[in-house]
Formats: sequence, C-alpha cells, structure tokens
Amino acid sequence: MGKTRAFDVTTLPGFTFIAILAFVLLYAPIITLVIYSFNGGNSVNQWGGFSLEWYAVAAQNEAVQDATARSLIIAVWASVISTAVATMAALGTTRRGKFTGQTVIYVIINQPLMVPEIVTAVALLIFFSSVKVATGYSGLGYLILAHSAFCIPFAYLPIKARLEGMDTTMETAAADLYATPWQTFRYVTLPLLLPGVIAGAMLAFIISLDNVIITEFVKSAGQDTLPTYMLGQLRRALTPEVNAISTALLALTILILTVFVFVTKKRD
Amino acid sequence: MNTDIAIDARHVGKIYGTGASAVTALGDVSISIKKGEFFTLLGPSGCGKTTLLRCIAGFETPTKGSIHLSGTDITYDPPYQRPVNTVFQSYALFPHLTVAQNVAFGLKMRGASSADVARAVDRVLALVKLEDFANRLPQQLSGGQQQRVALARALAPEPQVLLLDEPLSALDLKLRKEMQSELKRLQSETGITFIFVTHDQEEALTMSDRIGVMSAGALLQVGTPHDIYDRPATRFVADFIGETNFLNGTVEGDQVRIGTGDLLAVPLDGETGAVTLAIRPEQVSVTSAPAELSGKIIDATYMGTDTHYTIELKDGSPLVARIQSNSTGAFGVGDAVGVAIDARAVQVLKS
Repeated sequence: MGKTRAFDVTTLPGFTFIAILAFVLLYAPIITLVIYSFNGGNSVNQWGGFSLEWYAVAAQNEAVQDATARSLIIAVWASVISTAVATMAALGTTRRGKFTGQTVIYVIINQPLMVPEIVTAVALLIFFSSVKVATGYSGLGYLILAHSAFCIPFAYLPIKARLEGMDTTMETAAADLYATPWQTFRYVTLPLLLPGVIAGAMLAFIISLDNVIITEFVKSAGQDTLPTYMLGQLRRALTPEVNAISTALLALTILILTVFVFVTKKRD
Repeated sequence: MNTDIAIDARHVGKIYGTGASAVTALGDVSISIKKGEFFTLLGPSGCGKTTLLRCIAGFETPTKGSIHLSGTDITYDPPYQRPVNTVFQSYALFPHLTVAQNVAFGLKMRGASSADVARAVDRVLALVKLEDFANRLPQQLSGGQQQRVALARALAPEPQVLLLDEPLSALDLKLRKEMQSELKRLQSETGITFIFVTHDQEEALTMSDRIGVMSAGALLQVGTPHDIYDRPATRFVADFIGETNFLNGTVEGDQVRIGTGDLLAVPLDGETGAVTLAIRPEQVSVTSAPAELSGKIIDATYMGTDTHYTIELKDGSPLVARIQSNSTGAFGVGDAVGVAIDARAVQVLKS
C-alpha cells in the first residue's frame, strides 16, 4: 500500500529544513520590522524598550497624514476604475466564442504584469509631462490613471476566473425568461460575479496602495504617497516611524486579504 | 393559415462551423406542433432534437428554414422576445434568488406589477405543490423539488409553448415516474403546448400525444405513440422504439419468403423484392405442437409477468418471443418448439 502511494514531496530529504529556511527568510525581516516599530529608542536596529511612541509620532506627522490620505484616495479611485474596466474586459473575453486574436488580447490586458515596471514608469513620465504642458493640469488625475492602468490585470484575473467557472445556462435561462441582455447582466451575471469583482477590487486596492516605482516617476511635487514618503525618509535619518507606518500598512493588507479569502470562499 | 398550430418549423437546418469542420446538427426538418399538444422529440443523443429545441427557444439561429409561432415568424427573434419558456436539463435555477424570486423572474422582467407577480407566484407554486418552500434557496432543495421549481419558473409567465429539455434525466426511477404523471397533469391543467425532448422511448410512449422520432439530424416519423409503435416507418424507428425482431425476406406474390424457406402472409402494400419484417416479441407465440415455423429455444429469461424466449429458427436467425409467464406451460432451453407469428401485425420495411 505505502509503496504504491502517489509521489509525496514531503518525504524527500531536506524537505523540512528547506521549508523552514524559506519561511524564516520570508518572515524574519518582516517580524523584525514589526518588533522594532514598538521600539522606544531612536534606532531601527537597537532595542530601547517597548513603546508606542513612533505610532504616535507617525500619526501626528502632517506629511504622513497627507501621504496616507493621498494614497487612500488614489487606491480607491484606481481600484474602482480598474475593476470596472477589468469586469468589462473579462466579459468581453469570456462571454463569446473563440475569436482570432484572443491570445493577443490576453497579452495586451495583462501587459502590466509582463513589462518591467520601470519601463512603464519612464514611459508614463514622458507621456504625462507633455500632457501636463499641453493642458496645464497637474492634479492627482495622472497618478489615478497610472494606478488604474497597472491595477487592471490584478482585477481582471479573479473576475475572469469567476466568469469562466460560472454556468452560462444561467444567462441563457435569464434570456429565456424575458430578460434583455442588460437585465441579464444586472440581475443574474453581476450578482453571481460579485465575489470575483470584490476580490478583484481588493487586489487592485492593495497593489495601488503599495506602488512605489510608477508613483515616484509620475507624481508632481508635493504628491507623495505613503510608500514614496517612506522612500524619501531613507535619505534622512531612519527612525522607527517608518517601521510603524509599514506595520500599519501590513495590518491593513492582512485585513483586506483575510476579507478577500472569506468572500471568495463563502460563495463557492 | 391554420390557427391550431403552435409551432411550425419549415425546412429548418443547422450547421455548426464552416468548410471541412462543418457539422450538420439538423438537416432539413419540417414539423407542425398543434396548440395544447404534448409533443415529444425522441431520439438518441446527437440526433439533433436538442438543437431543434434550442432553435425554437431562440438560443440558436437556424442556418436555413424558418420557425413560426402561432403564425408569426420568430426565426430571428431573440429568446427574450419569444413567449416560449424552457425547462433546462440542469434546471439552471438562479442560486442567488429564493424559490419565489426564481419563479417571479420572468414576470418581473416583462414588467408585470408586483401584485400580479405575487399572485402568479402563489398560483404556480401551488400548482407544483411547493407553497411551503417559497423562501428557500435552490441549493436547500432536493433534486425533485428543484425540478418543480424549474417547471414553476417556466410556467409562471404563461408561455404559449413550454420546452422541456430532458428534464427528468437527472432524477431516479421512482421520482421520474412521479414527475411523468405530474407533467401530464400540469399540461392538461394549463393547456400549454409542451415540447418534450427525451432519449427514453418509454417516457415518450407514456406521456405524449404525438412523437417525432429523430436520428442524425433528420425527422424520421411523426405520429401518435400507437402509430410509432405499431407502424414504424423505418428500421431505425422500429429498433429504437421497443424491442423488435428483424427477419429478412423476399416478396413472392402476396407473401414473403423468409430465410428458413417458409412463406409468411404479411400485409403487403405494393412492396417487391427484398424486404425486412419487423416483428414485435409479443406478436410471436410459442407452442409445443408444430406450427407454421419451427425452432429451438436457446435462451429463456424470466421477467416476472413475462418470459422472454430466444428461439433459433431453422436458418439460424434468432427470434425473441415475449410470452405471458402463466399462459402456457414453461419451456426450457433446448426445447424444440413451434413458432407462430401474428402476420397481420408484422410491419414490412423496405430493405
């Protein structure tokens, strides 16, 4: 019996060691960062007693407040826009027969996943600077647009997966019961698709919140987001304030991912 | 224009794909289905019966021909504009809506007032005996109950024609029998034209007013269950509906000489040359005394009320007889017997 069992990776020599090593390498830095966010001293690597001091400092820092607000505004807009576009793209690519150029369309939609981010960043910098000159507008719109663009594939993938797993006879049945294509979408497809849409929006939100490279290139003066603000802090003395901000971001991400897991699990 | 016709399909054909990969699902099917009729499309899987149903529902557009509903050409109307509803094989109930909301869906989409919708939902749920389940979700119901919801949902908008795509195939035998009589009852109570698709010949025979037998994208024969069973037009129909013995023979005058050399006085209608005789097992009788044919029993299967005997005729061709178990004495394997065929009931098919 035991000899005929399927290949089991856990029986390979060194499996436990490599697995533990991988987890340590992944999480030790993060755990250190979280621990030092509670440091009473001024250093990011010398322990000076437990304290919530740096959380208070971060919360009271106007630059941090500013950057947080900006990050959230951009992330909300970017996730709404990218999810809407991704939903349409997913419908367009799954709710029709095979068509020529299908692969090309997939590649184009997922382009931001494949092109090095720095290339997109430089391209957007050059493109938007000429738009800025032409229009005189230099608000948050550029960042929102840029974030929306690279968030699309992240929103697209869970929505597409959900649509592909959905029984199309539901939509046929709706059409049979006098629902116009719009009514079918509104009352059948969208409610059934909702877990995928929520998952997509959450992923997009996190991806936007986290972005540094494209933001750094596209932002105008005084448009720091939380990550670019922290990057800027590197040039000065690094204090556990950065740890505190990072830990807060980490907590938010874990919260969103937990909701994501529950939302996608419950409906299936 | 005949106003008694609900569905009139004229030379409907459906080809999927183009060029070398083209598949003909429907050749050239013409059929008229009367109002208030329980009509069954019967055939093996892949015979085109579901394609024809989907063309009537509007889920497929025929490659050629036209479909008329009560005299109006609906060939190119989208499904949501046709007063035709479907009971799907998979039921396709909306999982996010309650039973009542599922049943209300069609009327709501047509813009009926909420009072009308509520009244219709109550009425139809009572019709399928699911009043107590109105607020359940579909996944909280058994297969048989889901089937009733699917029926109620399709009946609620009072369609002119109800299409049923093998709706009973997912149910177990006992439930299927119940649903068969349930469907008959619903059809006579509502007076709606039912078009029922199945591959189960027994289901077709017991439920239908008329049956259309299909094979390989063609409609082979349309008739009442009696017509189809007693007078199959082709060997395929005879074989598909019930059990049939086939004996090859040659017309000689007004009789047919079969392989054993014996002459049978079967009803001929101008056939000449080689023919095939389709003989139902219940038209064959077995005697211990010599009869018009003789043979040897090579298999006996006791089936309760009936016993099936397989008899080897003199030329080696097998013939199955279905004999009531208590009628004459039982025969055993190896017995030499006389065989008589009720010649008037034999169907002569051109070879």
